[in-house]
Amino acid sequence: MAVKKNRQAKHNPEATNLMELKHGESGILDRLDLPEDDARRLMELGFLPGHAITPGHSAPGGDPRVFRVDGSEVALRRDTARRLILRAAKV
Amino acid sequence: MSDCHGCSVATLLPPPPIPTRRHIVAIVGPPNSGKSTLFNRLTGLRQKVANFPGVTVEHRMGKVKVEGGREVFAIDLPGVYSLEPRTEDERVTHDVLLGQMKDLPKPDAVLLILDSTNLARHLVLAAPVLSLGLPTLVVLNMADDLSRRGGGVDVAELAMQLGSPVALVSASRGEGFDKVFQFLSGATHTAPRAAPLMQLPVIQDVPKCRAWAANVGTKGKYQAPAPPHWTRRLDAVFLHPVAGPLIFIVVVLAVFQSIFFWAQPAMVLLQNAILTTGTWVGSLISYPILRSLVVDGVFKGVGSVVVFLPQILILFLFIGILEDSGYLARAALIADRTMARFGLQGKSFIPLLSAYACAVPAIMATRTIENKRDRIATILIAPFMTCSARLAPYTLLIAAFIPKRQLLGPFLGLQAAVLLGLYILGFLAALFTARLLKSTILKSKRSSFMLEMPPYRWPTFRSLGLRLVDRSKVFLRRAGTVILAVAIIVWVLANLPVHNGQPPQIGQSIVGMIGHAVEPAIKPLGFNWKIGIGLITSLAAREVIVGTLGTIYGIDKPSETSEGLQHALQQDLTLGGAVALMVFFAFAMQCMSTVAVVKRETGGWRWPIIQFAYMLGMAYVCAFAANKLITLWL
Repeated sequence: MAVKKNRQAKHNPEATNLMELKHGESGILDRLDLPEDDARRLMELGFLPGHAITPGHSAPGGDPRVFRVDGSEVALRRDTARRLILRAAKV
Repeated sequence: MSDCHGCSVATLLPPPPIPTRRHIVAIVGPPNSGKSTLFNRLTGLRQKVANFPGVTVEHRMGKVKVEGGREVFAIDLPGVYSLEPRTEDERVTHDVLLGQMKDLPKPDAVLLILDSTNLARHLVLAAPVLSLGLPTLVVLNMADDLSRRGGGVDVAELAMQLGSPVALVSASRGEGFDKVFQFLSGATHTAPRAAPLMQLPVIQDVPKCRAWAANVGTKGKYQAPAPPHWTRRLDAVFLHPVAGPLIFIVVVLAVFQSIFFWAQPAMVLLQNAILTTGTWVGSLISYPILRSLVVDGVFKGVGSVVVFLPQILILFLFIGILEDSGYLARAALIADRTMARFGLQGKSFIPLLSAYACAVPAIMATRTIENKRDRIATILIAPFMTCSARLAPYTLLIAAFIPKRQLLGPFLGLQAAVLLGLYILGFLAALFTARLLKSTILKSKRSSFMLEMPPYRWPTFRSLGLRLVDRSKVFLRRAGTVILAVAIIVWVLANLPVHNGQPPQIGQSIVGMIGHAVEPAIKPLGFNWKIGIGLITSLAAREVIVGTLGTIYGIDKPSETSEGLQHALQQDLTLGGAVALMVFFAFAMQCMSTVAVVKRETGGWRWPIIQFAYMLGMAYVCAFAANKLITLWL
């Protein structure tokens, strides 16, 4: 369902975490490399493993950046986004 | 006393018979799903609403009239994503729902408000809430948005899946409320609760609940709406790397220019109306002492504050548009980097922005900040933000001392620029203090920042109108109570002691004596004893100084015209003194309500005392420097 919503976004199999996604690309979340507390809050906001994520606009300078996930838009700082690991490309 | 409506009635009457067991209904839902809008519609109250997450930070009760003249209590609660609290405001919701709140019985039923445009994700909260086993009505809000963007849901099927009734409503338009009232009157629950077709997840971690929600959504034939195209388009402009910050600056300049430019005609009208009424009322009173009390004490004192109503309304109109449209969340995003540099996080930005209206709700709004130290730091710097109470003394002094000159063509006048400068001054003091705190006593790790961006929405005339009406009421109530009381006290003390039946020269009165006693301390700042009296009375609230000066100069120079206070000040203050006074007001914590709320929110006297002393010290030193520098240069 989430994949369908982001149909304009091209899947980028090279990206390993959210920060490496460029505008117009998408990736599938694999895991959240964060303390339990922050990870749970992010999951409540829609950042669940298996969901497609697309970067949106950002503040001037690129930090924080808005990410579209599961029907909502959530702003994350760079150091948080870097620790959301994407699913590796199928071999 | 105002808290005491109907106290006597309540003690006299026996408790009303409880017609059904269900009489307290909790309103629960994720942040920014429209709980307070629904609450306001149901109760007719005016709980604050805005288009960003986390506006409500404490529980609020209201009566709802249902069928047969009965009443149900509704409780509006802070938004939550789950029933595992992380912040102070979320703990309130948790405690109320589980019956752990002091002085509040466990609710008998629940209204679960979900945003229908994002149902699959919002249904995640339904799992823990339905597991509470309380009778629940699932209210799918923003139905108008859902259908406009081509989404839909089968309400009957969804109700079967959840085992609870479902209502599709638009809280902001007041549509679809029949079912809500039916539920509140107990009609839908005469039958035993149906078992849900969709079993609730046993282990309620987020992925399990999300998978359950997806299943329920599919079974309920939920059609997700198209993405909000307008929000995307607007964000492309407002979050543009170059245009975004530029638009931000233009918006801010427009606000300041219009505070002076648009408010002027309304102010003059109001001023003349008050003066004419005062003179007319005065002419009806033959006894001179009483006439002086009414004309100089009440009309010149209170009236000189009331004339600032148009400016305050313009400010609140702009704040209302920014809040209701959803732009504020974008502003928080743009500001996050700067805030981070000073050791604060973007989440501090929204409380700090609302401190431009008033520090009291801003300090309450810090409850959404998870990190304790970040929260205390935000509380301590919030009163530096220029609240609307400072607007009255600022504009009075600017109108009296700053020439009307254009600075950027018609876009920005010198007066507006000085006002903007004062706002920036307060903001810089806040950043400086934050830096100081975060590098010394309130050190903490850089915390994470996650903020949901709400879609843009049109502010409704109804919502903006209600804000302005409420604001006018607050302002006029203050003028009619605190400011009136202080004006009368000042008038009485200015007319005592009586010698041979004659009031003294104001310099020899009690007010004069007190003023002269403090004068040595404030002389270095360029203030005379009359300003000193104003500073003392403004400890109650900042705008009181304008009322006090109105009274003092009213007695001193009774024959002045409508701009009397400005003229009187021009004769009594140098430019250095006037600027010093504005600087003093920018920094000093002259507000009893703020001190009280800081004490309550930090749980003791320690922080408010430190804060008060720090801000007073800063105000004194900077006002002194401003006075000396300007006197030296000019």
